[in-house]
Amino acid sequence: MTDVEVAISKVLMTSEKQEELKALALRVREHIVRLSTDGGCFTGASLSCADLLVYLYADFLNVHPGNLQDPERDYLFLSKGHDVPALYGTFAELGFMPKERLANHLKSNDSIYWHPNRSVPGVEFHSGSLGHLPSVALGVALDARMRGQNQKVIVITGDGELNEGTCWEALLVASAHKVNNLTIVVDRNHFQANIATEDLIPLEPLAPKFEAFGAVVKRIDGHDFAALEEAFTALPFSEDKPSVIICDTVRGRGLPSIERRADRWFCNFSSDEVVELLKELHSQEATTLTSETLTVR
Amino acid sequence: MNYEQLIHETALADERLLVMTAENRALIRNLPGPLGARFIDTGITEQTMIGAAAGLALRGRVPVVHALATFLTLRAFEFIRTDVGIANLPVKISAFVPGFLSDGNGPTHQAIEDVSLMRGIPGMTVFAPADEQDMLAMLPAIWASPDPAYLRVNTRPATYQHAPYEMGKAEIVAEGKDVTILTYGMLFEQALIAKDLLTEAGYSVGLVNLRSLKPLDEAAVLTVVKGGSLIVTVEDHFQTGGLYSILAELLLANELTAKVLPLALKERWYKPGLLSEVLEYEGFTGQHIARRIGERLGDGEHTFGAKTKVVENVFAE
Repeated sequence: MTDVEVAISKVLMTSEKQEELKALALRVREHIVRLSTDGGCFTGASLSCADLLVYLYADFLNVHPGNLQDPERDYLFLSKGHDVPALYGTFAELGFMPKERLANHLKSNDSIYWHPNRSVPGVEFHSGSLGHLPSVALGVALDARMRGQNQKVIVITGDGELNEGTCWEALLVASAHKVNNLTIVVDRNHFQANIATEDLIPLEPLAPKFEAFGAVVKRIDGHDFAALEEAFTALPFSEDKPSVIICDTVRGRGLPSIERRADRWFCNFSSDEVVELLKELHSQEATTLTSETLTVR
Repeated sequence: MNYEQLIHETALADERLLVMTAENRALIRNLPGPLGARFIDTGITEQTMIGAAAGLALRGRVPVVHALATFLTLRAFEFIRTDVGIANLPVKISAFVPGFLSDGNGPTHQAIEDVSLMRGIPGMTVFAPADEQDMLAMLPAIWASPDPAYLRVNTRPATYQHAPYEMGKAEIVAEGKDVTILTYGMLFEQALIAKDLLTEAGYSVGLVNLRSLKPLDEAAVLTVVKGGSLIVTVEDHFQTGGLYSILAELLLANELTAKVLPLALKERWYKPGLLSEVLEYEGFTGQHIARRIGERLGDGEHTFGAKTKVVENVFAE
């Protein structure tokens, strides 16, 4: 964080609440680790946005298993669909789906695979192809406004995903139409698939790019629950502009042995490694991993 | 009644209907005022327009989206396939200047693989009216359906009084023992001329206006096949993936064979120019179609009248 706004966390959130969310996020990370075997999943990108998803679903959004048909519920679209283990882990903990369903990962008797789909209650739209859901969310936001409803429409993108022109195109259109109920949240974990963003398609300075496209931007530490609360509770940032929240995060957050590692994007750990990594989540002491790294998926 | 009046009337009666455009207002120029927030111009952003249409449809709306056929089906293909197709949402695509109707624009604007692409999307329906009258007859059913739909917009004036529209049914204009022309879209007009020229020359000629490629009126086509005449598929589309392919798929599935003459575009884009020039050069005027069929029938005698006079396109945007 250099030339951009850094939101200074005034601690609005009580320490009890923060501890509660941390404990929940730890359980979500355990789900992510358990999904990272027998075929594996996108572990690193899931860990980077686990705190964000936990905060949004457990504390901020007006969406829960009881109001999924309510047209006035808040909407969250996960455009970076490969982090679905974090979403399903959160859903399992919050009662959107039974925890047992996670055991069906990659099994043909269910639809729990590497990208989200609407067979899972709470998934508003399928994703997987990057750069799609900013425009889908724009459509929902336009309709909500047409109906005079005040709910929040949030779309989470990756940072590598911002290579896709349609992210910017959708923002350009949202700005033109003054869609202030749309919020784009960037999981800024600083990695493309296998390469650091700044080494391939540099994004910085990122906040001014969004501002130039007509949004009001806040940039925060995406692992700090108090900072998340401060930013999200300030929405909408404007009466006539879309909002953007850049969450600076760490890919692989919570597992020191894979944090910030370019070669640990998609992980397929051995069952022994899973046992060790579950301990690592608690101890924060790096395990020695011997499973093959996968750099392309 | 024209397209704009019909969509306006439908929107007034059904609050689900929205009009969207990627800055192509040729047929909907007067609607921003009357429709207010239900008229959404996203600018030159076919992909964003389709994605947003999917979002609006998720919320119960029926967005009718407008842009050039080629940019919708090619640039925004993945958005149509992935956002509209996978979710099976009732987004209604009104595609301008498909096929030969992009006349002088050149290959960038030639949507001549659109039928192939759109019919390949599970759940997508594909409509190609013969003219404005035919189009206005089918639009209420298209917009009322829960299915995603692709429409080859065709506002050319009718030269034939069409039968009432029924979803999934072809229009059987004539039945023939020697030859039957199967066609869709703007070439119906030329196929009708060809039918008359061939009939004057003494042939028994059938003509079917398919109206939709998906759903396909299989019964009507199979009746033609079983009639045993030469079948001529006439289309302003690549031969690959269009009506000729559709017919071949139907024949194989029914363990049938037939004598088929495909009149389509083979492995190249067409020569751009005024519509009359295009049809003349590419061999798709009524006279050319009649001659090509006559040739196939071994007819060395007839010239099939004078050069067909083609009504030019009204330039739209």
